[in-house]
Amino acid sequence: MTALLEVEDLRVAYGKIEAVKGISFKVEAGEVVTLIGTNGAGKTTTLRTLSGLLKPVGGQIKFGGKSLKKVPAHDIVSLGLAHSPEGRHIFPRMTIEDNLRLGAFLRNDRAGIEKDIQRAYDLFPILGERRKQAAGTLSGGEQQMLAMGRALMSQPKLLMLDEPSMGLSPIMMQKIMATIAELKSQGTTILLVEQNAQAALSLADHGHVMEIGKIVLSGTGQDLLHDESVRKAYLGED
Amino acid sequence: MNELPQQLVNGLLLGAMYGLVAIGYTMVYGIVQLINFAHGEIFMIGGFGALTVYLYVLPDGTTMWVALPLMLVGAVIAAVLVAVGAERFAYRPLRTAPRLAPLITAIGLSLALQQAVWAWYPGAKESINFPEIPGGPFEIGSVTIQTGDIFLFIAAPVSMAILAYFVMKTRTGRGMQATAQDPDTAKLMGINTDRIIVVAFALGALFAAVGAVAYGLKYGQVQFRMGFILGLKAFTAAVLGGIGNIYGAMLGGLVLGLAETMATAYIADVPGFDLLGGQSWANVWAFVLLILVLLVRPQGLLGERVADRA
Repeated sequence: MTALLEVEDLRVAYGKIEAVKGISFKVEAGEVVTLIGTNGAGKTTTLRTLSGLLKPVGGQIKFGGKSLKKVPAHDIVSLGLAHSPEGRHIFPRMTIEDNLRLGAFLRNDRAGIEKDIQRAYDLFPILGERRKQAAGTLSGGEQQMLAMGRALMSQPKLLMLDEPSMGLSPIMMQKIMATIAELKSQGTTILLVEQNAQAALSLADHGHVMEIGKIVLSGTGQDLLHDESVRKAYLGED
Repeated sequence: MNELPQQLVNGLLLGAMYGLVAIGYTMVYGIVQLINFAHGEIFMIGGFGALTVYLYVLPDGTTMWVALPLMLVGAVIAAVLVAVGAERFAYRPLRTAPRLAPLITAIGLSLALQQAVWAWYPGAKESINFPEIPGGPFEIGSVTIQTGDIFLFIAAPVSMAILAYFVMKTRTGRGMQATAQDPDTAKLMGINTDRIIVVAFALGALFAAVGAVAYGLKYGQVQFRMGFILGLKAFTAAVLGGIGNIYGAMLGGLVLGLAETMATAYIADVPGFDLLGGQSWANVWAFVLLILVLLVRPQGLLGERVADRA
């Protein structure tokens, strides 16, 4: 049985500058895997390459056993790979409900879409209360909820979350992390990119530490959480 | 005799034609941030497409009630083919180039299309007569509507309603809105943005073609340069209404048409302006209006705040 997502020796470059320098990792179905590391480590570049927005210069990406190399970005979501991007990128001039519907752009099962919209409102009640409001009027945390709800609307096999806690208040950050834990307990497979290493590692089954384009350390979430070098570099301990 | 209602109707009809052409500028700009300066020539090609059907496809003496729908189809086919070809071969290769490159390409394409029609379309070195709808003008109260304008009177609102339905209610329409707001994220939703861009060019050409048939019927002729000033006016209408906004394009067209007609008719009555009335000043007043509106509302009448695009 192969893993849901297999990344092998992935290389991505912007012009001549290599941002991801040959990384390999796997995500098994049902797992939460996290990539942690500082700004510029190549985490976001990795996710954008997985969802087809960037083209790799080398390496392999296999999703459900199928190579993603020749698949254009707009076809990747239909394979079951959903991406909630860094900076949230909700559609500001559309209503919350229309944003959620766009997440289901390729689906044709009307009843199922309505059910999943309701599910998003159950997960994030504030979105339900404001369903007719323009998404641009939401606070940062609410926009993050919308971005996650929108990504779930495609019924993904793998949900990729890029910096869901970025720029949020501590309370809002806790809320988002609690939601991720809830999704995990429902069996959603998640690839989580975070700068908040403490929160990400406590949730994750496996974690990988990235530094300037390479994975320098891998292990279970708990192992990394207690690893001395990780504690020094990312958890602010002396 | 009170001639104000007549001038209002004239202004609205002229404005509706501007609006039909303005849709193409605004849609393409909204999606790819390109000012397609060749759009005026797409409009002109639409006029020649309709003419070609009448002169070379239909048998002589076909009644206008049969000919007109077929001419409209010819106009749309010609305009859409040229617009989609321009997107595919002129603009798409420059998608990631600095923005000046596609802009200059558009200007070049505009000249090339004009000259191609001038050089190769039989008789196009002069104006060519466009067929007329038979029957006298219609009198409604003190207002006279020319027979040729009846087409515009019907086609403009119908076109606008179809466009609004398409953009708001269909899947492709919602994909267009999403692509206009955030193209990368639109791809993450599964939207084929390359296809959306083609649809934007094609739709813009379709409405320009409707406008071109209206132009031919209104003025009784087409010529290779007809898209130049009209394209500039339609672009003005798009900016006036708020570029990127389809309702703004139609509103901008109507406001521009009305303002131009009113200024032409009445400004000479204002003391001190007695030499500035008449048709030869119409373009001046159109652009004065544009400048005045942009001084107060740089984003146009219905424009979005640019800051939305963070």
